[in-house]
Amino acid sequence: MKLKTLTAAVVAAGLLVTSVPALADLNFPMLSYRTGAYGANGAQFADGYADYFTLLNERDGGIGGVKAVTPECETGYKTDKGVECYESTKGDGALVYQPLSTGITYQLIPKVTQDNIPMHTMGYGRTSAANGKVFSNVFNYPANYWDAASVIVKHLSDVEKGDLKGKKITLVYHNSAYGKEPIRTLEELSKKHGFELKLLPVDHPGQEQKSQWLQIRRERPDFVIMYGWGVMNQVAIKEAANIRFPMENFVGVWWSGSENDVIPAGEGANGYKAVTFHGVGADYPIFKDIAKHVKDAGKAAGDGSNIGKVLYNRGMYAALLAAEAAATAQKMHDTKDITSAQMRDGMENLKIDEARMTELGLPGFGPEINVTCENHGGPGLAAIQQWDAKAEQWKLITEFVESDREIIDALIAEDSAAYAKENKIEDQDCSKG
Amino acid sequence: MSPDFLNVIEVILNGLMAGIMYSLVALGFVLIFKASGIFNYAQGVMALFAALTLVGFQTGQVPFAHLINATFGTDVHHWGSGMNTFLAILCTMAVMILFAWLLERIVLRHMVNQAPIILFMTTIGLAYFMEGFGDLMWGADIKNMDVGLPSGGSFWLEDVTKGWASEGSEYYGMYIDVLDVWAAGIAILLVISLTLFSQYTKTGRALRAVADDHQAAMTVGISLRSIWIIVWSIAGFVALVAGIMWGSKSGVQFSLSLIALKALPVLILGGFTSIPGAIIGGLIIGIGEKLFEYSLGGMIGGATENWFAYVLALAFLMFRPQGLFGEKIIERV
Repeated sequence: MKLKTLTAAVVAAGLLVTSVPALADLNFPMLSYRTGAYGANGAQFADGYADYFTLLNERDGGIGGVKAVTPECETGYKTDKGVECYESTKGDGALVYQPLSTGITYQLIPKVTQDNIPMHTMGYGRTSAANGKVFSNVFNYPANYWDAASVIVKHLSDVEKGDLKGKKITLVYHNSAYGKEPIRTLEELSKKHGFELKLLPVDHPGQEQKSQWLQIRRERPDFVIMYGWGVMNQVAIKEAANIRFPMENFVGVWWSGSENDVIPAGEGANGYKAVTFHGVGADYPIFKDIAKHVKDAGKAAGDGSNIGKVLYNRGMYAALLAAEAAATAQKMHDTKDITSAQMRDGMENLKIDEARMTELGLPGFGPEINVTCENHGGPGLAAIQQWDAKAEQWKLITEFVESDREIIDALIAEDSAAYAKENKIEDQDCSKG
Repeated sequence: MSPDFLNVIEVILNGLMAGIMYSLVALGFVLIFKASGIFNYAQGVMALFAALTLVGFQTGQVPFAHLINATFGTDVHHWGSGMNTFLAILCTMAVMILFAWLLERIVLRHMVNQAPIILFMTTIGLAYFMEGFGDLMWGADIKNMDVGLPSGGSFWLEDVTKGWASEGSEYYGMYIDVLDVWAAGIAILLVISLTLFSQYTKTGRALRAVADDHQAAMTVGISLRSIWIIVWSIAGFVALVAGIMWGSKSGVQFSLSLIALKALPVLILGGFTSIPGAIIGGLIIGIGEKLFEYSLGGMIGGATENWFAYVLALAFLMFRPQGLFGEKIIERV
C-alpha cells in the first residue's frame, strides 16, 4: 500500500514538473502535431516555434527577463483532440494559442473569446477574423487565405503583362473548409480581371488525383492555383509534372509550398511556385544564433535537420510575433508576468518595422506589421517563391506586394458582419485607442 | 474518332490502372482473412511500415536515431550511403517476416479461438502501435521512394493516339502513367505467383486447408501457428509491394496508411476471401469511380470518387451480400 502511494506521489510529482510551467514563466502552449498523416509538416512548424523561444531563453534570458515555456499537446491535426488540448492547457496560464489547423480554429473561436485568451492563426483559420471589431480575441496577421489568392492572381497578371482577360485559371483545392476559403475571392477577382475560373475539388487525403489531372490535361488551363495540404500537395505536383503541365504556371498557397511538397516530384517540380508571407532559406543572421545557442547546445526541439526549411521558418516567425507581442504587453501594462488578457492587448498593438526585424536577425524576412483594434489581419502582403529542383531551394522571385484591398476588405466586412449577426456579437469599441 | 470517345477510353484505361493500385492493397486483406478469418485493420499501416523500412535501408538511415541521440547525446543519423534496392527489398522482407513471427508469438497465439470482433480490435491496436513504432524507428519526415521504376506520361502512347482523333479536332493524345503500367504488370505477376503457391506447394495447400477449416487442418497435423506466420509474412510482402507503388506516387509519408480506405470498397465488392475477387473488384471500382467523375462529377460539384466507390460497392452488395467472388455462408439452425 505504501509503495503504491509512493509510486502515485512520484508519478504525480513528475507530471507536475513536466507539464505545468512554474508560475513565473510565460506560457506559450503548442497545439502541435508530430504524428499522423500531417505530422511531417506539423513537426517542422513545431520545431521552429519551440526553438525560437529556446533561443530567447538561452541568449536573452527570456522575454523581458522572464523565461518562456512551450508545453506541447499533440492534436494529430484532429479537431476534437485540438479542443481537448485547449481545454487541458488553458488553465496553466496560457498566453496565446496557435492551433495550426483551420478546423480547430473554428471550434476555438467562441472558446477563446469567452476565456479571453488570444489566438493567432497566421495564414490560416477564419479569414474574416481580420476584423478585430467582431473577432476580439482572434488574430490572423500578417496575411490570410484571401490575401494569398489575390497576390497569386496579381502575380499571374504580371506574368501576362497586366491582362488576364479570357485566360483560364483552375483552382485545385482540398475539399474542406480550408480549401474552399479562396473560392469567393477568386470569383470576385475573375469578374474584375475577366478570367475564367474552374474549380476542381480533391477529397481528403488526396492520394489519388488522376481524374482531376486528366481533366486539366484535356482543358489546358493557362494557370493552376492549388490550395492543398499534406499528401495532396505531393501527388498534385507529381501529377502536374507527369502531364507536363508548365510548372511556372502552377502556383500554390503557402500551405502547398514547403520542401516536403516538391522533393518527392524530383526534377519534375522545378519551377513550381508558391505564395508566401515570409522569407525563405537559412541565410539570415538569426540562424547563427540558433546554431550556437540552440542546436549546438543540444537544445533543439528536433534533430536540427529542419532548420531553415519553409515550415520551420514559419513556426519560428509565429514564435517571434508572439514574443514581440508579449514584450509589447509587458511594456503596455508595466509588468513582466503578463496575463492572457494583457497578451491580447499586446497583440492588438503589435508594431514591427524593418529596423526591428533587422535587430532580431531577420532583415527583409517579413513585411512591416501594424496591428490595430480594427485590423487583426495585418498588412496582407505576400511574395512569390519558386522551387529550384537542382539546388533543392526555394527562392523569392518577387517583392512582398499588397493584396487587392478593394475586394478583400469588402469580403471581410461582409463575412464578419454575417458572423456577428449569427452569434449576436456587438462590435468591440475601438475608439479608446 | 471523336475526341470525346477517345477521352472516355482514356478514362477507362486510367480507371483500370487505378483499380489495380487499389487491388494491391486489397490483396493483403484477402490473404489474412482467408487464412485466419481476421479482418486486418493494420494492412494499410503495414504498407506504410514496409515502405518506411525499405527507404530506411536504401538511404542508410539509422533506425531509432532520434531516440538514440536523445538518450546518449550522440548525433547519428546514417550508417553509410545505404544499400542497393534489391538488397534493401530483401532486408525489408526479412523485417516483415520477423514482424510476423513476433506478432504470432506475442499477440496472435493468445487470441486463438477468440471472437472475430476481438481479433479485429487487436488489429486496430496493432495499426496504432505500428504507426507509432514506424515513426519512432524511421522518423515522420516525408521520404522519396525510388526503386528505379519509371514514371510519368507515356510519350509513345501520346504520339500514337494523337492521330486517332478526327482531323481538325483538338486532341492531345492519350495519357497513361508508365508507373501505373508497371503496377499492373507487378500485380498480375503477384496474383499468378500467389495462385501457383497456393495450388502447387505443400505450404500453399496447407494454407488452403486452414482457410477451409482450421480445426480439421489441425487434426491432420498442420500447425496453425506456422501458417499464421507464413500468411502474415506473405501479407507483409504484398504490403511492401503496395507501399512501393503508392510510395512512388506520393513519397513515403504517414498518410500512406490511409490507402486502406481505398481497399475497403474493393473488398466489399470482390469478397473478402477471393484473390481474383480483389483484382476484379479493384478494376470495377477503378473504372466505375473514374467514369462517374468524368461524366457526372462536374455537375454535382466534383470529388465524387471517394464516396462513389462505396456506393458502387453497396449496390453490388444488395444483390450479392458475399461480394462477387466471396463464399456464400449458409448457416443451418
